[in-house]
Amino acid sequence: MRELINRLKTGIFTENPTFMQMLGMCPTLAVTTSAQAGLGMGLATTAVLILSNFAISLLRKAIPVKVRIPVFVVLIATFVTIIEMLLKAYVPALYNELGLFIPLIVVNCIILGRAEAYASKNKVLPSVFDGIGMGLGFTFALTLISIVRELLAYGTIFDIKIAPKFYEASTIFASAPGAYFVLGFLLAGIAAIRNKKSSKGRA
Amino acid sequence: MTDLLLLFIGSILINNIVLSRFLGTCPFLGVSSKIKTATGMGVAVTFVITLASFISYIVYEYLLVPFELEYLYTIAFILVIASLVQFVELVIQKTSPVLYSALGIYLPLITTNCAVLGIVIINVNSKYTLLESVVNGFGTALGFTMAIVLLAGIRERIQSNNIPKAFKGFPILLITAGLMALAFLGFQGMIK
Repeated sequence: MRELINRLKTGIFTENPTFMQMLGMCPTLAVTTSAQAGLGMGLATTAVLILSNFAISLLRKAIPVKVRIPVFVVLIATFVTIIEMLLKAYVPALYNELGLFIPLIVVNCIILGRAEAYASKNKVLPSVFDGIGMGLGFTFALTLISIVRELLAYGTIFDIKIAPKFYEASTIFASAPGAYFVLGFLLAGIAAIRNKKSSKGRA
Repeated sequence: MTDLLLLFIGSILINNIVLSRFLGTCPFLGVSSKIKTATGMGVAVTFVITLASFISYIVYEYLLVPFELEYLYTIAFILVIASLVQFVELVIQKTSPVLYSALGIYLPLITTNCAVLGIVIINVNSKYTLLESVVNGFGTALGFTMAIVLLAGIRERIQSNNIPKAFKGFPILLITAGLMALAFLGFQGMIK
């Protein structure tokens, strides 16, 4: 049980796929224009990650080592197609907002990375929890970035007006340069906190 | 002809794949520490994207559409790209050992480069013809190469600069990329 909780903690904090490992940068930068899109993308990726970790861990002894990468990719692509169909049918608004980036979950390095680094070597239950942990870590990062960007760009969070009236919305944060700036400053902030902590530990 | 030329220039500058569409960001940030490796990556990607645009158009129009299997496009395209990358790797290995040793390590990475899958899907969604798909693919890939080589050039310079401790590594890299994206915003509206 402790091992399972440990997997969750690793995924969300110590090995957070976005902030610590810098994986899955494309969706991180591209769909974080609004908090809703960021959260939706995070959850869709989490679903694929859990399913693929489950299937790959289950089949890990049946998949020949030499062709494992193509097998993983096809499995992941299948799950992505299923999620894409579900989103199209039940949440068309989110489907339209994420658009191209739903099929592109296939090439999100987090998913293939976890398949290769964890699920193909471990038992089913820990792999599923690894998927949940990494997925939630990714969702957390995406939601945080998109909240900052939405607030700066439109003065809203989840379409609810937050900023005071005198704040002039600057839509630059909703476009490409803003994405790089916000993530850059967030990472610098995290690095600053870690530097402080490690210097305290030494003193 | 003018349409094709506009599409070509548009795909290099205005809709630059990394700086305005956010595809292929992983290699853009990952393999851009030296100009030489960045150029190698750019050439390999150009090769694969151009071929992938061509082949996936044929797969989509003559295989998926006639059998009404369009919903399988993600799986079909990723298979095309993965086998193409493997094939290109084999061919280069046999024909040009020099090129192979230069591109070798980047080729397998291209399978998970979302720029390739992204462009192929954009081609299909925009209902481009075969010629337009190839032109769009080639232009986009050139745009990618240009962006990654430019970033590598800037990174080689930054290395000797005095950067605040917290910004070392990825943060300064992202801010550099952000400034580049800001510059590329200037191309918007060049072509209506």
